[in-house]
Formats: sequence, structure tokens, C-alpha cells
Amino acid sequence: MTQVRVLAGTRKGAFVLTSDGKRDKWSVSGPHFGGWEVYHMKGSPADPNRLYASQNTGWFGQLMQRSDDGGVTWQPVGNDFSYVGDPGTHMWYDGTPRPWEFKRIWHVEPSHTDPDTVYAGAEDAALFKSTDGGVTWSELTGLRLQPSAPEWGPGAGGLCVHTVILQGSRMFVAISAAGTFRSDDEGQTWRPVNRGLHSEGIPDEDAEVGHCVHHVEAHPTRPDTLFMQKHWDVMRSDDGGLSWTEVSGNLPTDFGFPIGVHAHEPETVYVVPITSDSLHYPPDGQLRVWRSRSGGNEWEPLTRGLPQQDCYVNVYRDAMAVDTLDDCGIYFGTTGGQVYASADSGDSWTPIVRDLPAVLSVEVQVLP
Amino acid sequence: MTAAAGADAGPVTSVRVVLPAHLKNLARVHGEVVVPVTCDVLTQRAVLDAVEERFPVLLGTMRDRRTGRRRAFIRFYACEQDLSNEPPDAPLPEAVAKAVAAGTEPFLVVGAMAGG
Repeated sequence: MTQVRVLAGTRKGAFVLTSDGKRDKWSVSGPHFGGWEVYHMKGSPADPNRLYASQNTGWFGQLMQRSDDGGVTWQPVGNDFSYVGDPGTHMWYDGTPRPWEFKRIWHVEPSHTDPDTVYAGAEDAALFKSTDGGVTWSELTGLRLQPSAPEWGPGAGGLCVHTVILQGSRMFVAISAAGTFRSDDEGQTWRPVNRGLHSEGIPDEDAEVGHCVHHVEAHPTRPDTLFMQKHWDVMRSDDGGLSWTEVSGNLPTDFGFPIGVHAHEPETVYVVPITSDSLHYPPDGQLRVWRSRSGGNEWEPLTRGLPQQDCYVNVYRDAMAVDTLDDCGIYFGTTGGQVYASADSGDSWTPIVRDLPAVLSVEVQVLP
Repeated sequence: MTAAAGADAGPVTSVRVVLPAHLKNLARVHGEVVVPVTCDVLTQRAVLDAVEERFPVLLGTMRDRRTGRRRAFIRFYACEQDLSNEPPDAPLPEAVAKAVAAGTEPFLVVGAMAGG
């Protein structure tokens, strides 16, 4: 029988939620790694019971956890994320150079074909790869040594690689606050792909790098089409990131963090508009997912089942996911500890758990 | 000093170490642990090396893996003294070393009080 598994990383641990294909009754296990921040956890497409979780606190640093049984049991694997050679400097908030310093893993991205191969996006910005199930990690130095890297500066959350997209030999990463980068040689060399992005608040508003990209998604059947939630602006690219156009359209505000793409409709996109960069909660206290069925520009609010008054939560960049069932499920988690799910492409929503710690990330798996 | 481990390795001292709760969970231990510290003179580094050798999962959780520096929110205490800012290779104060080596006092690894 089909089973759906939602992986929620929170400010104080990890939770695994399971349901059958109806997605109306959920059981919750956790917290795993209670008291630790779990920025992200994700399952291997090649072996759904192989999960990776990034575990961190300011006290004890970074650990990487691995499960081989779908999140029932976990074992800590490697946590040696060392930059290769002299790490050099990036730009600090005050414009001075600052040495690269590892802080945490924001995002784990398992290979589509090999359960033992997994990528990890780091703060300070770097990309690591493991081919032994997370036991050892090697930096793919081409990203950090990209010629523009000394100009990269952190966003408010840090200089982090928060998005990793794997498309065979082609890869994309997104970095706050540097922008989007593309590799065509399995991560060996990288180039910025930010043409068309326009960011007020940076000296050159159309600069090649320096944009605070919040999240990027691509549909598996349309690898050249990318959707981006930037600090402000919702963007799309139809040429593999070489150029971007704004598709914010009639959104009430185009500030936000996550963006999602329907599993079966490559032009159906979801965002959660947030009031502004200084007010990280929904406009008017109304939590609304906005859906476009036209690849952007024309958006409709989805409200059924979501709080429409007195709601002041945020939804973080990695806290939205879609499942692959015929009736595509959409999931997102909030800083208020709710994980909302829709089993009908966003038409209606229900909280599948209400009172977790602040949710940092949400991923979903469909198990045969 | 409790035993001799060979001419080159130096004597072995059994040291009681108290870990913070999160590190006990990682190491899968309850209560305090006892680690064999091989050295001529007890130092902070020798004790921590012994802890990490016994529990490799703790590598990087108390000290930066690359620099070896104490993590900012970790403290080291013994005999009601804060040793955190002492040089890691300095001999422990004589009274501390004597009590820790004798097993009458533990070496404490503490998660600093900060936030929620």
C-alpha cells in the first residue's frame, strides 16, 4: 500500500510523519536529535529508506545523521567539512574581507541514482560531496574558487548554499546573498547565472552577483525552466538560468522564501507571500499560499483550511515540498510549528501536525 | 598515575569526565565516563584527545576540527576552577591535576548557559 512520509526539520529536532496515500491520518515520530537544529533532511530517490539529516547547534557544531530504515534509527556519520587549502576571504557585512569559516550545513541533496552519494550545501558558502553514505566529505572547490567569490557577502541568515539542484552533469546552487550558479561538469566549475535579476539595496542593482536568492526549483521534465523566489521578486528562467524574467504579477507582495512546482503540471507554481523584508509574516495576518497555473504572473490565493486572521508565522525557504501522487500533495511548515498539507494540489489544506518547534524544512517521499 | 603503558607512550591515567547531556546522547553513554589519558603531564588537550579517541563521534563537537580551538559555547571545569581559557597544552594546575589523576574529581565538559 502506498505510504507517504513527510520529513520535518525543526529548531529543536527532526520529526517523521507518515500516512497512507489518502493523506488524511498522520502519525508522528520524534523528536529525533531533540534540542538540535535540523536545517534539512531528505531521502534518497534511489533508496527511499536512506535518509540524511543535517544536525547542528551553536554549542556543539555540525553533525550529519544517516538512517537506513526510513528514519526509525539513525547513526551519526561524518562531520569533517573542511575547506580545501587556504580558504581565502569573502566580503563581510561591513565590506571588509573575512576568511571563509564553516558554520553549518543548510541543505542535503542525495543523488538521484546512488544512495551513497549526497551533496551538502554549507555556510560559509561551499558545496561538499560524499560518495560513501556521508562518512567522508570532500569539497567541490570550483564553487568557492569561482572568480566572483571574494565579492560574495552574507544575507541576514549567513552566506549559505541553501539550494542544490541535480540534473545529471548539470547542477545549480543558490547562495544568499550571492545568487544562482550553474555547473555543466558535475560541479567542477561554476558560473553565475543571474542575468535579469534586479535587486534594490545593492550598489549595482543588475550586478552579476550579489542577489539574495531565497530558493530555486525546477520541474524534472523541464530542466531548463527554473522558478525562483528572490528576496523580493518571483522569477523564472526558460534557458537554464542564463536569463530571468519577473513573474510576480498580481501577488500581494513578492517577498517570500519557498517556491514549489506541482509534480505533474510544470507550469503550476506555489509561493507563500510574506509582508516584507522587515515584517516576516503574512500580509494582514492571513496565511495564504498563492498558486499560478500559468507559470507565473497570474496568481490565485489558496485559503481553504489556512488561518485567515491573527496568523503571524513565517515559512522558510526549504519548508515546502510536493509529493508525486496522482492528486499532487503540497506541504509546508511554519515557524509556528504547524505542517500544513493539501492532497488536492492546494485547493484545501489541513494541519497534519500543529505544535512542533519552528519548522525549518519539509520534504516528502512517496513509498511504494 | 595508575599504570605504565610503555616506554614511549608515557603513563596512563584514568580520568573521570562528565559530558553535557547532548554529548552523552551522541556517545550513547549514561553518567560520567572514564577515559585512559596517556601523557607525562595532564593537560586539557590530553584529556580531550582521550575523550575523542574513545568516542570518535564527539570529534568536532567540543573543539573545532581544523583549528583545535575550543568551541565558543563549551567550557572546561575541574575542582571548581574554570580551565576554559587556559592554553590547551599547559599542565593542569597542580592541585587539579592531582585530584583528577587520583579520580577524586572529574573533568567537566560543560555547555555554556546561553539562550533556549
